[in-house]
Amino acid sequence: MSEHEISVVVNGARRSVRVPSRLSLADLLRDKLGLTGTHLGCEHGACGACSVLVNGEVVRACLMFAVQVDGDEVTTIEGIGSEDGVLTPVQAAFRDCHGLQCGFCTPGFVVTVTALLERNPAPDDGEIRTALSGNLCRCTGYQGIIEAVRSLRSGVEHAD
Amino acid sequence: MLHACFVRSPLARARIASVDVEKACAVAGVRGVLTGADINGEVVDLWYSQVGPDVPRTPLPPLAEGEVRFAGDPVALVVADDRYVAEDAAELVAVDYEPLDAVVDLHAALDSDSLVHEGWAGNVCAELATPTDHLAEAFANAAHVVETEIHQQAYVACPLETRGLVVEWSPADGSLSVWASSQSPHDFRQFASRLLGVAEHKIRVICQDTGGGFGQKINAHREDIVLLLAARHFPAPLKYIEDRRENLMASSSRRESGRVRMALNAEGVVQAATIDHLSNAGAYPIPYPLISSAAVGAIFPGPLKYQLGAFSTKCVFTNTPGLTAYRGPWEFETLAREVSLDAAARQIGVDPAELRRRNMLSRHDLPHTNALGMTLTDMTPLETLELALEAVEYEVFRQEQDEARAQGRYLGIGISSYVEPTTTNMPHHGSEGATIRVEPSGTVNVYLAGGSAGNSLETTAIQLTADALDVDVGVVNTVQGDTALTPFGSGTAGSRSGSMVAGAIRETAAILRNRIAEVAADALGVRAEVIEVAGGSAFVEANPINALTLAEVAHHAYFGKDAAGGLEASARYHTQAPNLWANASHICTVEVDIETGLVRILRYVVAEDCGPMINPNVVEGQIAGGVVQGIGGALLEHFEWDVDGNPLATTFVDYLLPSTTDVPIIEYLHMEGSPGPGPGGFKGVGEGGAIGAPAAVANAVADALSPFGVELRELPLSPATLLRHLADGGAG
Ligand code: FES
Ligand code: FES
Repeated sequence: MSEHEISVVVNGARRSVRVPSRLSLADLLRDKLGLTGTHLGCEHGACGACSVLVNGEVVRACLMFAVQVDGDEVTTIEGIGSEDGVLTPVQAAFRDCHGLQCGFCTPGFVVTVTALLERNPAPDDGEIRTALSGNLCRCTGYQGIIEAVRSLRSGVEHAD
Repeated sequence: MLHACFVRSPLARARIASVDVEKACAVAGVRGVLTGADINGEVVDLWYSQVGPDVPRTPLPPLAEGEVRFAGDPVALVVADDRYVAEDAAELVAVDYEPLDAVVDLHAALDSDSLVHEGWAGNVCAELATPTDHLAEAFANAAHVVETEIHQQAYVACPLETRGLVVEWSPADGSLSVWASSQSPHDFRQFASRLLGVAEHKIRVICQDTGGGFGQKINAHREDIVLLLAARHFPAPLKYIEDRRENLMASSSRRESGRVRMALNAEGVVQAATIDHLSNAGAYPIPYPLISSAAVGAIFPGPLKYQLGAFSTKCVFTNTPGLTAYRGPWEFETLAREVSLDAAARQIGVDPAELRRRNMLSRHDLPHTNALGMTLTDMTPLETLELALEAVEYEVFRQEQDEARAQGRYLGIGISSYVEPTTTNMPHHGSEGATIRVEPSGTVNVYLAGGSAGNSLETTAIQLTADALDVDVGVVNTVQGDTALTPFGSGTAGSRSGSMVAGAIRETAAILRNRIAEVAADALGVRAEVIEVAGGSAFVEANPINALTLAEVAHHAYFGKDAAGGLEASARYHTQAPNLWANASHICTVEVDIETGLVRILRYVVAEDCGPMINPNVVEGQIAGGVVQGIGGALLEHFEWDVDGNPLATTFVDYLLPSTTDVPIIEYLHMEGSPGPGPGGFKGVGEGGAIGAPAAVANAVADALSPFGVELRELPLSPATLLRHLADGGAG
């Protein structure tokens, strides 16, 4: 198995690691870098639990190889949350709206919603549902999750 | 840490001629490969607490030996330094299979020449039937006899976190540590103790942040059993996390079928009803499946008043994964009854809401002993129906439906009402313990067995403890999910946690309040009887000026001159009632696109009665999750096999879970007026959403398509199924 030396900025810190060519980005983050907030719900690219940002874009860490992020910037849920434990507005909204139950899907949702709101600070209901349709949750029925995002959109009154 | 990977059968049924592990063992980084011959003989005693040791023991080899019995059946375990190496080596384990005819179809299994397990004739795993003679007259004299047949596809719990565990055997002291993804840490420990013949106190099971369970993680599965046995073979922590494909193809498969007959009089009042039920036990059911199948029959009358009933049920072995619990394991009774009621309404020409009004129990009819001898208490079936009908504006919807039809659009409305036995007083589930400790600083810790898999037991425990001691929620913390720290409790199952935890906390807090009063009395030099414990302090009622804060009381208790006993209490709660009955009525409205077969849910209303709510967010969260699982079961999810038993949906690309674009906003109405006989009047709410939803959705779709004379008899109602029915233009 060939190995490669890669250099990647993860949550703001440059990391140089030797990785087998077949190591997935998710396994790099979880097993080699100890960032276990990135969860694996399917490893088929279908559930979104492993969502992370690569150069600001949401990607599925289970579908990328670690070698593909050589030279890139990766942000995981640990990099989105603050070190002192203060919740970001997205995280706080999930808590306030009962947007998580078991919490397994939550890192992926928080990453996806954070990116969505950066791109589109005032998504309408349809845009919210479409943007989140690639993230699966088995616990909440999405009710609290959608409510959390609605509570965050700027300049828009709640409407059913 | 070592990593484990299973070698699984690619065939549904085959003789294992040989297993050759030599090549796999030769791979660098592989620590060993175990087969059934290596470990199956190490089982000391294997039975499940939920059903006890006395039910018939269905075959449950840890690893397949001699024969594989479903595609996905574990044959060997490869242990290596890393997961990638373990998977590589698993592919090198050479198993020589001689294919046999697989038993897949539920009905055909009964007459098949092939037996899933030698010695289980007709592939019958378990069966039960009640007498029917007393119904003959009612059927003979009925103005209407309605017969329906309903098939529910295999769909599965699918927690987003798959199954998995880490085991670590310590040979020096013969102790075992287990980090499990389980709904029941203490039961997992008891089970492991029996299985391995290792004393219970030498085993520690830790379950933290389990990523969803929904019944799948109540009992130890074969994979857990194999890892527990394997622990003693490897002197290092050993980890197994299954992948999604394994979870879909090998964790469980509920699949049911039923024939319903109802006799109604000219006014549309049900006089008698029967259900003949078949349930897929798969190859290796866990635990003995007659318990949930019998519940299908016994609860089939649901909220209906009729007094003449009967049922039969058969659990059938097939070459598919074994049956395990899934949220509301007897849900089929609601599907079968509610779909039959709608069929009856159409056959007789009565509105389905009106038909229910003529047949449903109101709170004033309770207690009521149903046709199968179950006594229903403390519920509001008809009342929740009326509440839901009002919220959905039923009459207005019927007008809109007519107008839409005139324009070629097909709207439908579906009702589903159910009654649910929560917190069942089975020996193993009827008892729960708590320890509450006021720490020396005055903060509070409540220790509970736990087993939360996303059902907010932590929040609930903190809230209940704060209420019981009358302290701020901010000073209460909870410790759960570790058998070394917490009192025995049987975990999350059967919608029991809220009520049982409330009972345990109530009993314990009562003792602790007395103790707080004693210590405060001693410190203040008064009698304990005059001490009031409230608002986070203890004081003499007549003289609140001298109030001691809980921190001051704790200081006296731990460090005062007579400090003995600290400030903590432990107690257990035993439930008294056989069940705490909860109920709900679900109403769903849909639009069906007859060109594409696509169903869009327009509104979804739940009127429920789980008694007083401890925390409305938690209650509604549980209902929402369950309803959406039920919607998935009605419309999307299908764990299908081909005729040879090959699974056809082994990724989330084929096995369709509902996503944000499939689900409606769920509207909740709470009826808190009929508290149960348990602590606080609380009743269970964890499973009901998943019980009510499939029938509500199925009835709504059938109602939408009623102009085409379509009777829907099989789930899921996928676009392809609906288009086929529309093309046939009739019953199917
Ligand atoms: S784990 Fe990557 S999408 Fe599911
Ligand atoms: S909160 Fe459990 S999967 Fe989303």
